[in-house]
Amino acid sequence: MKFKGRKIVGGKAEGELIVSQKPLSFLGGVDPETGIVTDAESDIRGESIAGKILAFPRGKGSTVGSYIIYALKKNGKAPKAIIVGEAETIVSTGAIIAEIPMVDGIDVSKLKTGMRVRVNADEGEVELLED
Amino acid sequence: MYLTKEEELILAGEYGYALQKAMEILVALGDIYGADRLIPIKSAQVAGVSYKNIGDAGIEFLRDFVRAGAKVSVYTTLNPAGIGDEEFMEKQREVLELYREMGIETTSTCTPYYGANLPKFGDHIAWSESSAVIFANSIIGARTNREGGPSSLAAAIVGKTPNYGLHLDENRKATVIVDVQAKVRTFVDYAALGYHLGRTLGNDVLYLRKIKPERTEFLKEMGAAMAASGSIALYHVEGETPEYKGAIVDKLEKLTVEDSDIKAVKEQFSDDWSDIDMILIGCPHASLMEVKEIAELLVMRGRPLKIPLFITASRAVKALADSLGYTEVIERYNGKIMADSCFVVSPIKGWYKGIATNSGKSAFYFRSFGFNVRLDDTENLIKEAP
Repeated sequence: MKFKGRKIVGGKAEGELIVSQKPLSFLGGVDPETGIVTDAESDIRGESIAGKILAFPRGKGSTVGSYIIYALKKNGKAPKAIIVGEAETIVSTGAIIAEIPMVDGIDVSKLKTGMRVRVNADEGEVELLED
Repeated sequence: MYLTKEEELILAGEYGYALQKAMEILVALGDIYGADRLIPIKSAQVAGVSYKNIGDAGIEFLRDFVRAGAKVSVYTTLNPAGIGDEEFMEKQREVLELYREMGIETTSTCTPYYGANLPKFGDHIAWSESSAVIFANSIIGARTNREGGPSSLAAAIVGKTPNYGLHLDENRKATVIVDVQAKVRTFVDYAALGYHLGRTLGNDVLYLRKIKPERTEFLKEMGAAMAASGSIALYHVEGETPEYKGAIVDKLEKLTVEDSDIKAVKEQFSDDWSDIDMILIGCPHASLMEVKEIAELLVMRGRPLKIPLFITASRAVKALADSLGYTEVIERYNGKIMADSCFVVSPIKGWYKGIATNSGKSAFYFRSFGFNVRLDDTENLIKEAP
């Protein structure tokens, strides 16, 4: 099964999904040292986004969140790719400077943590893989 | 989004990594928000200055960006810096140094328009700092979206911004009419009005009727409060601001503000003097006229304050206050003018238990940090303070 969205940052990645059904704040919401979600309101609190494909409806919170995404990358704790329902400034800017493939326009409610996906951000595509 | 040949070359990396990254940010934002093209900007105001806000992650990015040759191509000023302990200040100095290396004027103020960064009517600019954004849009009639730190920096480097949002005529029209039935006269009345409107309305363009602000500072404060308690970036005041004519094009929803609304905000921030141990004036940074008034009020009071009074201001205003003798008077009464800094972006938790302020924006933030807050006009604060 394939979802068609839009390229925000090009690139390709394959891996396991971690899905937040709630908007995500990076500043104060994700620990840049460990990649663990600390946002008290998040439904994936306590879980790590490092090395996974991270999906959530949209970003929220401070614009400093972009730098947190950059720090995650520098610390080797960044997600392999980012999938959002609706791109906004904070996460898009973070993905650009951290060079993380990113796609928007995907209905995140159809995605579940643990699924395996292939992201082709150049084409804006997300493909669900069979186990 | 349409790109010129040169913009395409920048995007392809022909002019180096820093310009390429900056261009990628602008192109992505342009695509997300449906811009048709990039437009040249006259100036930029960059947020992401206080070490409390950007942290080591931000410093790391700025360091890499400077190393990659990042240089601004338009006149650019900075948001206020933080104040902290020795270790904090060392990091803070590094942040400022990195911005300086990019060619940014490191005057760190939320009121760049009181210094060298004063746009004119109709100018396109890329500013962050919500209170400066709403001032530039509403009072001056310059045009900017509410930029974030990285997006304003990208615009400063390229010298352009995507043409969307408040850069376009159609998005500057009013979306709600605000009938102010309440009596709004003083600085704090305007602060409370702004706070109330920010909290009540969404991302609207306001058309305010029946207010007659006596001074620019009142509008500055009202805007800062509505941009802090909400996300408003532009308002018009009938008969007052430069774009109010023609701002109403449709049948609009109407909101009425009553005396009780203003009173409710003031009551929310009415902690007792016994729970207050610091007075803060200058959020947004004080004008020279505000500083002069404070000096005169202190002389009238005739005895020093028992709790410290901090006045935050731009370096330009502080320099004038120094040379005109106001600083000396203020210091004699236990006051201090602090240039280029801001308590809201400083790690001051635990330094004080409560603040008295004339600022709706400060009231909003300090309450959210867990402080006691007393909101009143400067005159009352200086008269009544212990």
